[in-house]
Amino acid sequence: MDTKDFGFSTIHLGHGSGGELTRKLLDNIIFTTFNNEYLNQKHDGSIVKMNSNIAISTDSFVITPIFFKGGNIGELAVNGTVNDVAMCGAIPKYISLAFIIEEGLKIEEFVAIVNSIKKAADESGVLVITGDTKVVERGKGDKIFINTTGFGEQHPKASISVQNIQPGDKILVNGYIAQHGIAIMSEREGLQFESTITSDTTNLNFLVNDLLDTFGDKIKLFRDPTRGGLGTVLHEIANDISLGVYLKENDIPVEKQVAAACEMLGLDPMYVANEGVFVVVVDPSIENEVLALMKNHEKGKNTAVIGEFTSEHPNKVVMQSSIGGKRIVSPLVGEQLPRIC
Amino acid sequence: MKYLSEYRNLEATKRYINKIHEITTKNWNIMEICGGQTHGLVKNGILELLPDKVRMIHGPGCPVCVTPLNLIDKAVELLENGVIVCSFGDMIRVPGSKKSLLEAKANGGDLRVLYSPIEAVTVAKQNPEKEVVFFAVGFETTAPANALSVLHAEKEGITNYSILTSHVLVPPAMEAILDDEFNTINAFLAAGHVCAIMGTEEYYPIVDKYKIPIVVTGFEPLDLVQGIYIAVNQLESKTYKLENQYARVVKEEGNIAAKKVIQQVFEVSDREWRGIGLIPNSGYRLRKKYEQYDAEEKFNISNIKVPENANCIAGEILKGLKKPYECSQFGKTCVPANPLGAPMVSSEGACAAYYHFSNHVIDQ
Repeated sequence: MDTKDFGFSTIHLGHGSGGELTRKLLDNIIFTTFNNEYLNQKHDGSIVKMNSNIAISTDSFVITPIFFKGGNIGELAVNGTVNDVAMCGAIPKYISLAFIIEEGLKIEEFVAIVNSIKKAADESGVLVITGDTKVVERGKGDKIFINTTGFGEQHPKASISVQNIQPGDKILVNGYIAQHGIAIMSEREGLQFESTITSDTTNLNFLVNDLLDTFGDKIKLFRDPTRGGLGTVLHEIANDISLGVYLKENDIPVEKQVAAACEMLGLDPMYVANEGVFVVVVDPSIENEVLALMKNHEKGKNTAVIGEFTSEHPNKVVMQSSIGGKRIVSPLVGEQLPRIC
Repeated sequence: MKYLSEYRNLEATKRYINKIHEITTKNWNIMEICGGQTHGLVKNGILELLPDKVRMIHGPGCPVCVTPLNLIDKAVELLENGVIVCSFGDMIRVPGSKKSLLEAKANGGDLRVLYSPIEAVTVAKQNPEKEVVFFAVGFETTAPANALSVLHAEKEGITNYSILTSHVLVPPAMEAILDDEFNTINAFLAAGHVCAIMGTEEYYPIVDKYKIPIVVTGFEPLDLVQGIYIAVNQLESKTYKLENQYARVVKEEGNIAAKKVIQQVFEVSDREWRGIGLIPNSGYRLRKKYEQYDAEEKFNISNIKVPENANCIAGEILKGLKKPYECSQFGKTCVPANPLGAPMVSSEGACAAYYHFSNHVIDQ
């Protein structure tokens, strides 16, 4: 799409007025990009057919910077919601898409974001079926905020619930943790450092689907540790069911550059945000088969078994350190703060 | 970054742990000075691997923890009056008498979290219409960079930059701890990174005066167990001397260039330590020549004085007289999300170390 033909180079308040300019913005960018039978009706909403119980998940995306190594806010807004639906044990089908744009956003940037949304939606097999665009005055937003809501059909074999977890169940993660948070941090004002670390944002729904097809209700739980990181999510699960979690530090996959960046910045990778990572809790009888299936999948090449649930130390996540000592992994409080020296 | 594997090696660490068990016959209290060392000990589960007779006492080396409460109030006051306040991340959640820097930011203050004071000079350059203050806290380790920021500002003729400083020094604090009537410390692990700047010379007089072993020690698990081994070995063989476990980083003379910059900008002065009180000659203040970079003078805020929270035993924690879990508020009214005192906030604070990582919490 050639942005020169639009007749405007930045988005301003008029584009959110609901009038002619809004129509132009939608026609030129949104409808041409997403072009599907539901959206083309240009109705206030869409009527869709679903074949099972419906999983619904909503999420808002407010990231700074909006473009970062390995992605932008657009694909994040699709992958994040697609993954949240998938974590429910469902197959994502449709998403809604709502923008809150701060006036002054360059059209090229908006188009780049919309194109990323389209690409990410196509890759994960979801259709954008309804949306909204609002524009706020300069200083009242942070370039662009996106809200997406995902709708998915529950997988027929899925029985995903924390209540299914038993002592002895194994915990796997599908790859290197902490990449997204460190990639974002490396581009934040005042913290820039050179690295080739990129965000891990990606869809996980196909891997989730394969796992459910093969193992059904022996998969107890999926959870994606986004904000708060792996440590916080495991702590939440342990608390929800009054069991303990036992981890081995050496088994937790952390890529070398990320580990080095965490050391340098004084951060613990257990609390750094992820986007393309998920935790799988499985019956111990299928541990090896699950590991093999995941390692064989494009989105799970670096899968590792990192620990298990235990009836000892209920509500606590305990980690065996690399030198053989033990420590607890407590939940993250506020943001991780870089230390002084 | 070899230290991630070599200095966290299970077998090598075990060997030293075993050696410590073999040579220990008596009860020994060893204080690690630096909060980074405390976290290393707790986070890696080293405390529980040591013999019961070797008791680690956690020292005052947490810059955030020893920064007086009134200084946080001063920084908040600046933020609320339109000054851009730049700070290390650790500092922003520490409660002042009314609010923390983070809360002042939420109310509209322009607070910037930086990794280096030099960046604060850049912020000042980019915002010539605003005043910019760097919250320059820390031990000898951060003093050179803070001093350098003043020299940078001077060189570039930047007049809207100043520092709110509370620099403290390790050796006077060690003497204050040893002089305390309840002191039980038998040996020190000196803070490796402080010594990387200052060298080891200033510790010999303490070794001689108090007849106490001092081992300059690093921060990785292997460093820590080796440092403890060296200390126990001296204690068991009734010797006391200065030894340098962290020789890969610490030179006898320290970092001469860094010391020169400190000398140029700062002079030794009395300092108030949060929870401990005034210790003579225990800190730095800007030299007269650089007083225009002193935020307290510039903004006339030196009179702000506030009392400590009476329920917080930070002073006893920092002097090693009590362990965090011996505090009646620990993990109850005082938690990282709602801390009564700084040791529960800082990533170098002993209370935060125990709250986040320790088996004492597992057992409860």
